[in-house]
Amino acid sequence: MSEYETVIGLEVHAELKTKSKCFCSCVNEFGGEPNTHCCPVCVGLPGALPVINKRAVELTIKAGLCMGCDINDIAVFERKNYFYPDLAKAYQISQLVRPICLHGGVTLDSGKFIRLNRIHLEEDAGKLVHKNLAVGTLVDYNRGGVPLIEMVSEADMSSAAEAVEFMTKLRHNLIYANIAECKMQEGGMRADVNVSVRKKGETKLGTKVEMKNINSIKAVERSILYESARQIELLENGGTVKQETRRWDDLKGENYPMRSKENSQDYRYFPDPDILSIKIPRESVEKIRKEIPLLPAERKKKYIEEYNLSNYDAGVLLSEKAYADYFEQCVQLYNKPKGIANWIMSSVLTIIKDEEEKVIRISPKNLTAIIEMLDKKQISQQDSRTLFAKCWEEDIDAKATAEKMGMLSSLSSGDIEKVVDEVLAENPNACEDFKKTPERVLPFFIGQCMKKTKGKADSELVKKLIYEKLK
Amino acid sequence: MTDVTKLGVLETAKLIREKKVSCEEVVRAYIKNIEEKIVLNAVVEVFDDAIDEAKKVDERVKNGEKLRALEGVPMLIKDNILITGKHAGCASRFMQNFVAPYDATVIAKLRNEGVIFLGRTNMDEFAMGSSTEKSCYGICRNALDTSRVPGGSSGGSASAVGANLACASLGSDTGGSIRQPASYNGVYGVKPTYGRVSRYGLIAFASSLDQIGPITKNIEDNAYLLKVISGKDEHDMTSASASVDDYNEIKSQKSYKFGICDEVEKQLTNLVTKPVYDKIIEKLKKNGCEFVHFSIKDFDLCLPIYYVLSTAEATSNLGRFDGVKYTVRSERADNVPEIYTKSRSEGFGEEVKRRIMLGSYVLSSGYYDAYYNKAKKLQRRLTNQLTDAFKECDAVLLPTTANVAFKIGSKGDNPIDMYLEDLFTTLANITGVPSFSIPCGKGEGDMPLGLQIMCNKFEERKMYEIAKYIEKLLKGENV
Repeated sequence: MSEYETVIGLEVHAELKTKSKCFCSCVNEFGGEPNTHCCPVCVGLPGALPVINKRAVELTIKAGLCMGCDINDIAVFERKNYFYPDLAKAYQISQLVRPICLHGGVTLDSGKFIRLNRIHLEEDAGKLVHKNLAVGTLVDYNRGGVPLIEMVSEADMSSAAEAVEFMTKLRHNLIYANIAECKMQEGGMRADVNVSVRKKGETKLGTKVEMKNINSIKAVERSILYESARQIELLENGGTVKQETRRWDDLKGENYPMRSKENSQDYRYFPDPDILSIKIPRESVEKIRKEIPLLPAERKKKYIEEYNLSNYDAGVLLSEKAYADYFEQCVQLYNKPKGIANWIMSSVLTIIKDEEEKVIRISPKNLTAIIEMLDKKQISQQDSRTLFAKCWEEDIDAKATAEKMGMLSSLSSGDIEKVVDEVLAENPNACEDFKKTPERVLPFFIGQCMKKTKGKADSELVKKLIYEKLK
Repeated sequence: MTDVTKLGVLETAKLIREKKVSCEEVVRAYIKNIEEKIVLNAVVEVFDDAIDEAKKVDERVKNGEKLRALEGVPMLIKDNILITGKHAGCASRFMQNFVAPYDATVIAKLRNEGVIFLGRTNMDEFAMGSSTEKSCYGICRNALDTSRVPGGSSGGSASAVGANLACASLGSDTGGSIRQPASYNGVYGVKPTYGRVSRYGLIAFASSLDQIGPITKNIEDNAYLLKVISGKDEHDMTSASASVDDYNEIKSQKSYKFGICDEVEKQLTNLVTKPVYDKIIEKLKKNGCEFVHFSIKDFDLCLPIYYVLSTAEATSNLGRFDGVKYTVRSERADNVPEIYTKSRSEGFGEEVKRRIMLGSYVLSSGYYDAYYNKAKKLQRRLTNQLTDAFKECDAVLLPTTANVAFKIGSKGDNPIDMYLEDLFTTLANITGVPSFSIPCGKGEGDMPLGLQIMCNKFEERKMYEIAKYIEKLLKGENV
């Protein structure tokens, strides 16, 4: 089996985060009562005409710039003609010959570059609702006309893992640049997956099989693993792969034939006469370029090089935009990135890991206040944890609470040093024992210091001082 | 009092404004005409609220309220233009369930000026035809000779104006559908510059060629109505932002420079109607007008280009009529594919199906470049050839049709015979220029003939001036 390699190309769709739909002023919002986000244009009534949403074009350009694409000077919209009840006009407005973005691509962590062929703008279709079979199938056109970008890769990926990384990177770029929300569970990001296999060393591509409309990254991974194994087995048994479209059933974890190449549709594309070609001046591209914030790849570099974070820590913080933004807000308030990262990784993320809604319930102000008090030895380790838990539960002021609860140590580090010296002087035997088995005697010393300071000494500092003095 | 139904738009508005006649009287007089001339089958529905609307106008007049320019003027509207709450059937049995939920932009504009919508007019199904014989409402007849066709596809709109069933009407013109019937019924019809008038709310036939235009009893009305319905529309990206001239005061020059296309002239030599046009040219020359000859080498390709482009767009535009939503669903359909195939097979008429098939063919993979793409290229070439001609002249003159209105049923067998009806009219649609058909003489059976005055894009003002100039000259008046 190992002498085969898999060749994968993806067509990734993402719904753009615009206020209104692509060709009318209806609201672009997930859900809603069926057929309430609709007008004559998006239900394709006779006489209605599309008017392009400028913001959708701008966001497509922005997506192109994030993925390093060339932006065409003139973009043309075409009609893709086919019949399906969720497609109100019997054609989808899409782009074929002159898409808004060409080329570009994404670099994987391994350094491998996955090329994009294009990014184009099109409209989404409505949805069939099969809920009540007594009534029959119904159509909800709320999603019809929602702006969608299609990011088409070259067949550059050679494993399911690469496909997952590629799709994740596209997704992160879109989310970080505020282009799309890519909410998988709402169908906000979907992929068509093309898979073929060939013997290693072979330069000719094998026959490809397409699986359409896969709506999670996990499912993309599973479908690729399944399909490449299916093709290899077929070839090993002397069979041939048929060029076809197969439907991926994520529940069963397998796919089955949908449409063969002979039955493939002729979409009879032609330029949409209702939409004039769109001129894209260089100045507006440059203006959009300025809207783009630091993308995950650049942020990672900054975290590692400027903040001295490990590759792993930087990766975890960047895995969700909310985490990374939170981290950066904290760093703005208190410029100790490494310490902040440790706290986020060990405390914040450990709690929300198990939560349904991944919401960070402590404000950057409170978290940094706690870290700062701790760094300055104003509060003890134990108290910092208590304080953290309190602030997580309710939005209180960390500093004021520390004060109110008497956590704030009035002892300077000089005071603590004095207490340590006293305790050591009072217990010469214990000092001798410490040199042999420090871990056994340490708790005794700390206990004595705490007794003398009524628990206000920072145990970490006490520990540090004892080790220094008895070395 | 003279018969008010003989009057045009502006005259009627003036009479109502001056309280010489009530709006209700005007509307009732037109409804009476429609009933008396039911044989024409030009009007497929008289709106039941027309008289109430007229009464409201009379109230406004009585109360001394400020009256709008076209207050109380009754107009008829082609069955493919949407009026809120009214059926828009495109003369297709497939569409008989459809009630428009919104106003076409042209309707909203006319409504704003106080126009009363009297009813809907007959047409060829989905505007595909040149005789208004292909309608689910039955054939429509010529206003001047009921044994003849009114032309098409806006046959009902033209016949109705010719027979004084309304002050004016709206039609739509994709390949001659306003000008040819206007010519056949002895009235005035304009195909404006592409983009001059918003298409929002016009049920599309061929989006890149369709334009709505007025059909009227005189030149002034036509100019006025065009001004009202023109302008940039935020609902139609193809509507032009070019400023809309005021065509109110039509002042003609002393003389004009006209262009004659050699290829058109060649076609004319075979026609019995040639003397009518020769006489016009002679009169213009006598009056100091200059004539330049030019060649549109691709003129013979007008019809092929037109039929490739229009059917390609139509096949896509008509896809939405699928039996799923507002169109009539076949009762024999048991599953989704059958909803499409059976509903469309039953719903569309033969000519519409023929054009859908033709359009699908020219767009299909492997044939796209040979047909659609080639037609697009030739369209650009043809447009350049005509635009060059306008550098040398004010307007191009050509006949609207080869002959007078033909007898009903005489062109039933071969669709190509019917397609040839568009010989002189498709040029303006393919190139996007405005063209105005005015009555210019009589032919066989004392039936009217039309002359097309074609100007460069957005030169409607000049086009109307020249029309006025020619008409005065033909009437023997001083210009």
